[in-house]
Amino acid sequence: MAARTVRRATAATVTGALALATAACTNPGAGPGGSAGPKDSAVVGIAYEPDTLSPLLGYGKDGNSKIFDGLLALDADMRLKPALAAKLPHVGDGGLTYTYTLRTDVTFSDGEPFTAEDVVFTYRTILDPKTNNPSRTELDALKSVEAVGDDTVVFHLKYPYAPFAERTVHAIAPAHVAGKQDVNTGAFTTRPIGTGPYVLTGWSKGEKLTFEANPTYWNGAPAIKKFTMAIVKDDDVRATRLRAGDLDGAILPPNLAAGFDGDKGKKTYAAKTYDYRTVTLPTHNPVAGDTAVRRALDVAVDRRAMVDKILEGAGKPAYGPVPTDDPWFAEGTERRHDLAGAQKILDEAGWKPGPDGVRVKNGVRAAFPLWYLSGDKLRQDHALAYASDAKKAGIEITTQAGTWEVIEPRMKTDAVLAGGGSPGDPDFDQYLLLKSTLAGDGFNNMAWYDNKTVDRALEDGRRTADDTRRKAAYDTVQRELAKDPGYTFLTHIDHLYVVNDSWDGLSTQTEPHDHGLAAGPWWNVETWQPKKTGDAQK
Amino acid sequence: MSRRLPWGAMARMTGRRALAAVPVLLGVTLAVFAVAEASPFDPVKAYAGTAGLTASQENLDQLRHNLGVDRPLLTRWWDWLTAAVTGDLGDSSVMRRPVADVVTERLGWSVLLAVTAFALAIALGTLLGVLAGRRRGGLLDRAVSALAYTLEAAPAFWLGLLAIWFFALKLGVLPAGGLTDTASDTVTFDQVARHLVLPALVLGVSQLPWFFLYVRQGVGDALDEDPVRGARARGLAERTVLTGHALRSGMLPMLTLIGSRVPEVITGALLVETVFSWPGIAAATVQAATAVDFPLLAALTVLATAAVLLGNLLSDLLYGLADPRVGFDG
Repeated sequence: MAARTVRRATAATVTGALALATAACTNPGAGPGGSAGPKDSAVVGIAYEPDTLSPLLGYGKDGNSKIFDGLLALDADMRLKPALAAKLPHVGDGGLTYTYTLRTDVTFSDGEPFTAEDVVFTYRTILDPKTNNPSRTELDALKSVEAVGDDTVVFHLKYPYAPFAERTVHAIAPAHVAGKQDVNTGAFTTRPIGTGPYVLTGWSKGEKLTFEANPTYWNGAPAIKKFTMAIVKDDDVRATRLRAGDLDGAILPPNLAAGFDGDKGKKTYAAKTYDYRTVTLPTHNPVAGDTAVRRALDVAVDRRAMVDKILEGAGKPAYGPVPTDDPWFAEGTERRHDLAGAQKILDEAGWKPGPDGVRVKNGVRAAFPLWYLSGDKLRQDHALAYASDAKKAGIEITTQAGTWEVIEPRMKTDAVLAGGGSPGDPDFDQYLLLKSTLAGDGFNNMAWYDNKTVDRALEDGRRTADDTRRKAAYDTVQRELAKDPGYTFLTHIDHLYVVNDSWDGLSTQTEPHDHGLAAGPWWNVETWQPKKTGDAQK
Repeated sequence: MSRRLPWGAMARMTGRRALAAVPVLLGVTLAVFAVAEASPFDPVKAYAGTAGLTASQENLDQLRHNLGVDRPLLTRWWDWLTAAVTGDLGDSSVMRRPVADVVTERLGWSVLLAVTAFALAIALGTLLGVLAGRRRGGLLDRAVSALAYTLEAAPAFWLGLLAIWFFALKLGVLPAGGLTDTASDTVTFDQVARHLVLPALVLGVSQLPWFFLYVRQGVGDALDEDPVRGARARGLAERTVLTGHALRSGMLPMLTLIGSRVPEVITGALLVETVFSWPGIAAATVQAATAVDFPLLAALTVLATAAVLLGNLLSDLLYGLADPRVGFDG
């Protein structure tokens, strides 16, 4: 009897000790939606790290920067709404002046008031050639900016530029802090102060950015009090850390996101994007510059197969920079996959099959190289699929990998598998991609595309504010691009995010090519609400 | 140890070495500038990042001018050198901050990692070396020696990935990287201590074989020498024989090893810091190199070179102290 009691006591002690040990081993922050109640902190894993946190050097140029606000902001449907401005701008002088009335109740996180001086300081500094801002080109239309009193700012443009208001989502820096430092290397670039919903509490380069809710945020203090962005470049590591509970959410490629399908505690968000993959067909290449070859390739390529096989369904066929479900898309410019049609176009244009199956015209073999960025699996897959589709039509494309340093000098004559995409306005992508005067200007118009009708329509589209005329202009561009496809657009890629189901209010915006901090379901983390404990426990 | 230290001779050697270091450092910085210049990486593209893909050529040219990378190589090197001598190390383009800030912020973490790893390697290497050297051919000797040769051949980053896979992913007992937990933004002692374990262990273990093998050899040889046999014959305790006689002469070759392992620790740290996202100097070196960030790269190279020269000096001084036959001739 006594022996049994002792044994039972020992067993109880051991069990208790084990339970204690287990409890001690779990990471205290790791139980999402645990018994501690609603979860007011979030840790997300992203693949991208900003180079700087200073708006003067390009941070927050597309708005939504957590630490800062712009004059305007984009809502969930990508419509402009006032932010630091009290209302949408007044456009005058035939589209040459934009007048903003500012809110007067906003302060920076250090307590100083926000005024027109800060707006003028921010834009003037960006325009200053001595500022090392690589995105200055985006404000090319801006001539000058001036303050009228404390609460009005007037922008003067060099030429009427319809999408200018979209550019004023740019983050605003405080003149009283940033103005007293070296703009390129001052402490402000790593320890920013802004008006935004969050205050930066730490930035460990290559590791993470940590934010704390700004309790005096003019638009209401966020319910998520602590927000951490962990920088994890490797997809597999990010997925593992998400599964381990170290992260609450992460961006993942389709195959890894699929691994969380059965997880009831997590939700997958697929963000629609402007993120396209395209093949440049350089005008100065005797084969790729030929309109018949371009048109043949445009229909020979099986975009649907690319979406299904390479993107595992997370994307859409692309026929131009504008996604097919976008209001700016020109209806009827979709092209069917039609190999016989491609062969017919080439036959009629005089490209006859040679002895090795590759077509020849006037002694020129239908062959050219296609470069892709080495190490980029997605581009490699696209390039290989494209080359294999082209081969069926009798065009020999040799795929080659290289870094941008290798590719850039060859862009005038060699095809490149390129990517890009900026939502917000059709002008952003199309002007830079297709305008003939931008041929060979940095990485703009990489195909040296040269089409007078397109040039005129592009100018027309950016200079008029009238929506019907703009729609007509961009319809013209897209239809001309279908007739003379100097780029073979392949796919628009969805961005996938897997997030713990611990909060309400998650959605995604239409996202650009580069996954900045602004992208992802956390674009509006400041308006998330923690779920009640009962909801989160499923 | 009543012998007085030969301060004068030591100081003279230090002075000679310091003078010799000047041309070495000059040559190294010039070489760094030249190699970075010859590399296919473009500092302007590295600076602009994704924004560079939509920037106009005019914008990029302006950046090139602002960053000063459009000037000839020798001019840039000379400007950097003359500024550096007056204490101005320039601005890092990749970090968007003064180089001095980057270095002071990160140096401490690197030193912490390297010193912990070095101490671990020396302590464990000596202990195992003595035990193995005492009974050469024994079970412990054969097992540890085989392991040491394997580790000698294993690259540090591979060990790092292996350690992450085993301790962080399989067992889940230690964090896989960083300086603190992901959700925490304050640097506390216990967090850093926990995060230090894996990188220091990997770096230490990757250096351990050399210390182990040297000590094993030294102690083994010393045990066969006359003084030890004499000591044993006089009936001294095995413990005294080992620590008093065998260890002292057996440890001598290890003193040179400490100095010559410094470069290995630095390159090892380069890989280990990258694998474990440890926010140290070495991780910044990788970034500086791929972004062709001349000022940061040059400053970090000078630092590494100085560490190597100091390591050599230290081991020579120690050797001279331990074995008066060697002296301080430099």
